[in-house]
Amino acid sequence: MTAEVMTSGEYIQHHLDHLTVNLQPGTGGFWSVNIDTLTVSILLAVSLAAFFRYIAVKIQSGVPGRLQNFVEIIIGFVQDAVTQSYHGKSPLIAPLALVVFIWIFCMNLMDLLPVDLIPHIMSFFGIHHFKNVPTADPNATFAMSISVFVLIVFYNITVKGMHLGKEILTKPFGPYLFFLNVPFRIIEEVAKPFTLALRLFGNMFAGELIFILIALMPWWMQWLPGGIWAIFHILIITIQAFIFMMLTIVYLSMAHESH
Amino acid sequence: MEINATLIGQLITFAVLVWFTMKYVWPPITKALHDREKTIAAGLEAALRSQRELEQAERKALAIIRESKEQAVHIVDQAHKRAMQLVDDAKDTARQESKRILENANEEIAREVSQTKEVLRKQLASLAVAGAEKIIQRNLDIATQTALLDEFVAEI
Repeated sequence: MTAEVMTSGEYIQHHLDHLTVNLQPGTGGFWSVNIDTLTVSILLAVSLAAFFRYIAVKIQSGVPGRLQNFVEIIIGFVQDAVTQSYHGKSPLIAPLALVVFIWIFCMNLMDLLPVDLIPHIMSFFGIHHFKNVPTADPNATFAMSISVFVLIVFYNITVKGMHLGKEILTKPFGPYLFFLNVPFRIIEEVAKPFTLALRLFGNMFAGELIFILIALMPWWMQWLPGGIWAIFHILIITIQAFIFMMLTIVYLSMAHESH
Repeated sequence: MEINATLIGQLITFAVLVWFTMKYVWPPITKALHDREKTIAAGLEAALRSQRELEQAERKALAIIRESKEQAVHIVDQAHKRAMQLVDDAKDTARQESKRILENANEEIAREVSQTKEVLRKQLASLAVAGAEKIIQRNLDIATQTALLDEFVAEI
């Protein structure tokens, strides 16, 4: 099955299908996994961990080399962002922000690979569906946003303690409207993981879709829209990674301080 | 495009990655950065301190030079004075010496004069005696004799 014999609709559909393995054959539904998302994101995670560990082992406080300088710039950037909005003492927040930023950035970066490259390579191995952008899969984005949500709840409870109950009942309309305050608070908190995950997913999915649409054009005019969109997309993937990191930090610092 | 068990896999991956970063990546790197900050701060401070020390040393050196110049001038002055004094002393000594020599010479002269006078007086006495003998031999009158003797006495 090659692209030439497919219609446009089939081509798009083909590119939007995950490489899915059903864990409980016959039942379908939740118990299936997208091998492509998992493979790419785990590969990226392992290489990032290896790279950063390599730098961390080799690091010296003398004159830094080029790689070390690069890593130090990223670390300094993340640390600045963290110290600006988060005033707690948790040792988790800064590394979390770093991982969110670089992991999302690298997963987003997969969007810049030509849309047919990885699927085509995979087709040699008999694999016909492969989406190589993990962040265009809501599973990946929700996994991160749910983790952040769990941390928000955890810090709300551990840091605020009994004060949290008072805050839920009295903010933002005062104690007499507690029956309004509670649903407001619940909506506010539940909206956080959804907005986090869907913003990233939406941006990446749309970006990928546009690359697919560009790939449907005749070969001789693909370079212009493709180039423009790729350059613009560099901005988007960085900004989306940055937004996810900043919101993670802000949400967690909000969980630490009563507002 | 649906939520499925991938979510769990991604959750685990994310958690492991965050744990690994928190445990093995973030602390050494931030420690190195912190160490470097401290090193740089210490270096800057040392530079400032050594600059201050340098200024101090320069001031000290200038003071020493000024002092030694003053001392040199003082020493030259003293040497000058000493030389003058030596010259004065020498002059004094020479003057005294010359005076003494002069006195000695004068004394010598005086002594020789008196000796000569003595000799002369003795010779004169003998001459007088000889003259007297001659006068006696020629039997001069008393008047002439007295006149001659008076003349003699006056001449002595």
